[in-house]
Amino acid sequence: MSTELETRNSKLETIGALLEMKSITKSFPGVRALDGVSFNLQSSEIHALVGENGAGKSTLIKILAGVYPHPEYGGEIVLDGSERRFASVRDSEKAGIAVIYQELSLVKELNFAENIFLGREPRRFGIINGEELYSRAQKLLDELQLQIDPRTPVINLGIGQQQLVEIAKALSQNARILVLDEPTAALTDTEVETLFRILTDLRARGVAMIYISHKLDEVFRISDRVTVLRDGKTIGTSATSQTDEPRIIAQMVGREVDQIFPEAKHERGEVVFEVRNVTVEDPSVPGKRLVDRVGFSVRKGEVLGIAGLMGSGRSELLMALFGAHSGRKSGDFFVNGKQIAINNPNEAISHGIGFVTEDRKRYGLILDQTILRNMTLAGLRNLSGRFITDEDAEAAAGERASSDLRIKATSVFTIAGTLSGGNQQKVVLAKWLLTNPRMLFLDEPTRGIDVGAKQEIYAQINRLAEAGLAIVLVSSELPEVLGLSDRVIVLHEGRVTGEFTRSEATPEAVMSCATGRARLAA
Amino acid sequence: MPDQPIGRLKLRTSALRAYTMLLALIVIWLFFQWATIDPNHPYGLFLGAINFSKLLQQTAVTGVLAVGMLMVIVSGNIDLSIGAVVGLAGGIAAMTQGWGLLPCLALAIVIGVLIGAIQGSLVAYLNIPAFIVTLGGLQAWRGIILKLTKGATIPVELPFFRSLGRDFINPRIGFVLAAIAIAAIAWSSIRRSRARKRHGLQTASLASTLTRIIIPSIVIVAFIFLMNQAGGVPIPVIFLVAVALIGAFLTTNTTFGRYLYAIGGNPDAARLSGINLKRYILAAFCLMGVLSGLAAILHTARVGSASPDAGTLMELDAIASCVIGGTSLMGGRGTVFGAVLGALILASLDNGMSLLNVENWAQYVVKGGVLVAAVGFDMFGRRKG
Repeated sequence: MSTELETRNSKLETIGALLEMKSITKSFPGVRALDGVSFNLQSSEIHALVGENGAGKSTLIKILAGVYPHPEYGGEIVLDGSERRFASVRDSEKAGIAVIYQELSLVKELNFAENIFLGREPRRFGIINGEELYSRAQKLLDELQLQIDPRTPVINLGIGQQQLVEIAKALSQNARILVLDEPTAALTDTEVETLFRILTDLRARGVAMIYISHKLDEVFRISDRVTVLRDGKTIGTSATSQTDEPRIIAQMVGREVDQIFPEAKHERGEVVFEVRNVTVEDPSVPGKRLVDRVGFSVRKGEVLGIAGLMGSGRSELLMALFGAHSGRKSGDFFVNGKQIAINNPNEAISHGIGFVTEDRKRYGLILDQTILRNMTLAGLRNLSGRFITDEDAEAAAGERASSDLRIKATSVFTIAGTLSGGNQQKVVLAKWLLTNPRMLFLDEPTRGIDVGAKQEIYAQINRLAEAGLAIVLVSSELPEVLGLSDRVIVLHEGRVTGEFTRSEATPEAVMSCATGRARLAA
Repeated sequence: MPDQPIGRLKLRTSALRAYTMLLALIVIWLFFQWATIDPNHPYGLFLGAINFSKLLQQTAVTGVLAVGMLMVIVSGNIDLSIGAVVGLAGGIAAMTQGWGLLPCLALAIVIGVLIGAIQGSLVAYLNIPAFIVTLGGLQAWRGIILKLTKGATIPVELPFFRSLGRDFINPRIGFVLAAIAIAAIAWSSIRRSRARKRHGLQTASLASTLTRIIIPSIVIVAFIFLMNQAGGVPIPVIFLVAVALIGAFLTTNTTFGRYLYAIGGNPDAARLSGINLKRYILAAFCLMGVLSGLAAILHTARVGSASPDAGTLMELDAIASCVIGGTSLMGGRGTVFGAVLGALILASLDNGMSLLNVENWAQYVVKGGVLVAAVGFDMFGRRKG
């Protein structure tokens, strides 16, 4: 086995690369997402791309896929020895590159064959030739050794099979490079096995694959080489057989955490909020537990970090605690030692909970209203009368919050949608502070904002904890959780797999629990 | 930062849009005034007291409906049934005249609220799209009118009922109302500037406060003078003004209004901010119902009878008024002022083209074109701004 891999690896180095991405750079307003990333791919290779959220994996893939067309990035893409500048997704597809994203792009109402040939249906005199459509689809299915009727509507297929439809579609377009973004995130174990068998087959047929995954055990099972990205830079590429999980984890997280996060002295008081046995089910798949018997408590003045990878149930946990999750939930909630029920956000707010939600554009802000309107929305009844609003009292409170949080805008009457990400995030934070909360949930509070704004948010979090707020912080950026939290719990597949104090919480230990490698003995 | 003046009073984009619409209305008015010049009317006929009074009467029913429609649309919904509701409530009011004036008028309002509550519940609590619920309502309520009236037209017999749609208020009362309105404007602006001082916000200068009182006062007095030349302010116009003022207050000065805009602007963010979406959507439909009932009374009184097809297509006029007035059908954006202005623009086109004897088919084409053009300009301006 190992000799086979070694010959394979030496072969990879001798043949010229199929694809080379050279010193790729990409900036968004205020953020440098990629900073000189280099990456190469051989034919007949599965090359894993790993890194924390925000490391730059998706951005790199989007450049390859033509989502960010040529002049928007720096660097060179060399395919088959010549430089290519993709102007669009279509350009990249024509060059034989197919990306299978986490959110699948199938038309649910159409069947398997119709989806595969969507927009490229075999026609005769302008009319779709059904016979040929299905015979070609059947041929693809045979090649992949799949037992699916090409006439099955996609809506009747499981997520795993839908993923295979996407792969079949890519192959039907003669893709030579297949990019898989977290392909197993929603798959069952048997579906994963099928997927892996197909990927191995494809490799034998010469297809090159970029495999993005958080699940390191899969990376080690399937990939030939692995490249680690961190903070928009390539940390290293190694043959999978010549490295191991601890080394990859160290490459993923290695960062001087102390520099960004000043040690804060939080005076911890009594327990403000406690939950026991919280279970949350998937609203569309009853019985599937997104959060499974989770319990924790937070004290006054304490920052509790919840670490976990995407899909670990972090956000669902907070949504459910706030009364805003649509799935079935159960569990016991206590505020200041008294058992309470939270059935909707209004009840959560009245118990003194504030919730800075993830995805500020979707859940946090009304983008075409003013900063002031957004800030006062949740706490309107405290700031104004119960029915008649007091615009001047609102403006005064908004002005104060705006200068406290250093929101950079012409005035509080600026439209929220025109602000930078960091300032938008501050507006959402201000909205919840104006409800006078006793505890604050923060879900990905610094996602997609620049370093300067991040540090300001960090300083605010410390200040609020010092002022006596109990804070629950969820973030997929590990350094953020470790740098701010007094205590950390780690979720993996909906369960608590680790609990650490600030001094125990090393990046390696937390990441091991988050990837499911290590588990809390219990 | 601290030395920067806070709470600056500045012209907001919404205000700018309002001025643009006002300008469009004035251009339309001047055009018709110029076009109706003839030997008998050397200064034009359109803005003369009698025609202007008629124009406002034509605006009243659509305007009342547009205020209700605005609230429904702002919440991210739509109500296609209101034309049929006007027909049904008006028909029932006419049929029950024998019970006395107040009972039959109250019944029209109750019918409106009841229908609003039914449709609003289906939308808010059963999540059936408003378009579908009210499209169904449009047909069902019209069917019920046919059943109840057996297809017959019912005349309005009670004189006071009829006068609600046709009569004018005494010119002297008109001046009393003007005085009250001016006093209210002055009082509220003085109160406002005191409140700003109390909260430590920048206050407007004396000169600007005075203009804010004086300009509206001049407009009000001139309006009453003009109307009194034609017998006084028409009663339906008084209703429209009252509805518009209450609607403007509800949408801009209450938590109810604030939440409607939030729900239409981003329902997820609104829900996560603790707002009970269902309750406020239901409330918007109920208010639409109240105003449909009122519009039914005014319309029936003006026409002098209730016919089974009364109110047909009124929902489209109300929606068009909102849209011309800058309301977004996606929800979250629009003002009562704009909706009423939109109704006034539509009525002005109707009235002006009739005065010019424009053929019927051409009137439809022009109104359709204005609707599309208004939205087109709005989109264009938004993209640039």
